[in-house]
Amino acid sequence: MSAALKSSALQASAQAFLQRFEGLRARLPGDVAVRDEAAHLLRIAGLPGAREEAWRYTNLRPLTEFEFNEPLTPVADCARLLSLVPDLGAPRLVFVDGRFRDDLSDAPALAAVRVGGPAYGKLAHPEREKLVALNTMLSEDGAEISVANGVDAGTIVLVSLGTDLAGRAVAFHPRHIIALGKDAKLTLVDVAVGEGVYLHNPVTSVQVAEGAALTHLRIQNESAAAFVLSTLYADIAARGSYDSFSLVLGGRLSRAEIHARLSGPDAIAHLNAAQMLGSNQHGDFTTVISHDAPNCASRQTVKTVLSGKARGVFQGKIEVARAAQKTDGYQMNQALLLSPDAEMDSKPQLEIYADDVKCSHGATVGEIDAEQLFYLRSRGVPAEAARVMLVRAFLDEAIEPIAHEAVKAAMEAAIDLWLEKQAP
Amino acid sequence: MLEIKGLEASIGDKAILRGIDLVVPTGEVHAIMGPNGSGKSTLSYVLSGRPGYEVMAGTATFEGKDLLDMEPEERASLGLFLAFQYPVELPGVGNANFLRTALNAQKRARGEPELDAPSFLKLARAEMKALSMPDDMLKRNVNVGFSGGEKKRNEVLQMAILKPKLAILDETDSGLDIDALKIVADGVNSQRGPKFSALVITHYQRLLDYIVPDRVHVLSAGRIIRSGGPELALELEANGYAAIVAEAA
Repeated sequence: MSAALKSSALQASAQAFLQRFEGLRARLPGDVAVRDEAAHLLRIAGLPGAREEAWRYTNLRPLTEFEFNEPLTPVADCARLLSLVPDLGAPRLVFVDGRFRDDLSDAPALAAVRVGGPAYGKLAHPEREKLVALNTMLSEDGAEISVANGVDAGTIVLVSLGTDLAGRAVAFHPRHIIALGKDAKLTLVDVAVGEGVYLHNPVTSVQVAEGAALTHLRIQNESAAAFVLSTLYADIAARGSYDSFSLVLGGRLSRAEIHARLSGPDAIAHLNAAQMLGSNQHGDFTTVISHDAPNCASRQTVKTVLSGKARGVFQGKIEVARAAQKTDGYQMNQALLLSPDAEMDSKPQLEIYADDVKCSHGATVGEIDAEQLFYLRSRGVPAEAARVMLVRAFLDEAIEPIAHEAVKAAMEAAIDLWLEKQAP
Repeated sequence: MLEIKGLEASIGDKAILRGIDLVVPTGEVHAIMGPNGSGKSTLSYVLSGRPGYEVMAGTATFEGKDLLDMEPEERASLGLFLAFQYPVELPGVGNANFLRTALNAQKRARGEPELDAPSFLKLARAEMKALSMPDDMLKRNVNVGFSGGEKKRNEVLQMAILKPKLAILDETDSGLDIDALKIVADGVNSQRGPKFSALVITHYQRLLDYIVPDRVHVLSAGRIIRSGGPELALELEANGYAAIVAEAA
């Protein structure tokens, strides 16, 4: 009975999004046939419910407490929110409530950027991921960033601001494409901040051509009342690398879902993350890595720190196709619980169809080590400072490999701020 | 300096210390010897404030202040140092950061000016040289991947940098070969002076050849059953604990 109630509430929400689409349909940019198809999928399948295996640990029911409106334009003052975005001395593309803001953005010198409508690309699966269908139906804007063959485009910062419109919750569904040509290079820094209640449902497609290297550093520091449901698809060709690190701090309910496909030999994917959640936050980091070609390597170090009544989720699936011989897969998922009321759910999944592979995975959930704490205190470090040192040490393995010093410093500052807030 | 009177302590329901009386005057080095399970390590943990031990009776004062009421970090800032029998590994914490954080936390607690990074590095490098430790041990994570000898040397390095008034060395000799033992002993001896006291806890007499104590106490079943000069250690070495334990019973 309760399961049926849950799904009916979620389906009422799906219905509300569909109705909103009917109203906006004529005004939305781009190919309406693509949107109609997505609407059709959503009408049939609805929003993901807890009975689906992929959504077992993350229940979207809290979404149904709100009615989500389309953003108003223009939103005037973004200075305060922008001040929360670290200055990385690199060109910025700023989106406010999912809409590109030319007046707040810079044009990168070495990459082509197209904005003004959603760039759908070919990697996304609205028929498989229901939130991607929702995004496809309602997406208004997004950035298409292309780096030409052999070009090192340096660093570009993609900023998302979610605004508070005095009780009027908005939903926005930006759609981005990042495409690196052969042997191209780019560091893309994703920074998302906001205030109040909103739904941020971005879909990003990443194409890494042969020999290209994308470093993708994400700071999700959104409003503590926000819903943040992101989906990213990456396709990495031969000798290409997609090196990503996600720092998740914000959101009342968040899910970062990544589908990475190693499609050519000797390709590399790193999907590292640190989630730091407090009070009643729910954070879900879900990844699917598909090894479709031989000699590829994937690495995942995912660390979760939970305080209060926070709940953390990690789902990590590694699929190794029959052709993907000499696959080297590593997955480590560790959680540190700072409170007895916090909870971690971890689901590693290996599906291996090749016979000559090296795949390892591990998961641990624990508290701060009493011996380590006493050792530090016996040296004169006060208890609270010692705890902070040990949490930072726990995260070190995930943070340390970040080569971009300015981003690393910004992340460390955000982590320190989080730790300060947890102090009793 | 350190005065222990009638100290009784237990873990859960199990009484470990059954009335310890011990005075370590300023400037003296005392050794505590005893068979396994006699309560040697418990004494060091109770004095340094490790959670999990319940003090049932007695007092322990340090420079006249009640130690047992203090947090471990307060005891450390007051000048108490425990060299661990099993030094703890801290993955993700660099040794230099650890040492400097500890030193500055103590200085802050005492109202002294803190050390900046260059002055700290200068100090640390000098002390490391004296302990024949390579510079890269500052960069490594605390005790992670250290050999047994390196861990013990790292304890002595911490002592040399933190400059405690009273050091408790809990079986610092265990797991050391003779060369490492000499280095560690030299490190302790270099701290000796009118303002430094030490409680050297050991199972074997060997360490006391290198750190010659002013007094030796024999601990058995949670009580000090005999005290004497350095010659007591030699007697133990010659006759074993059984003879002294039987004599005291």
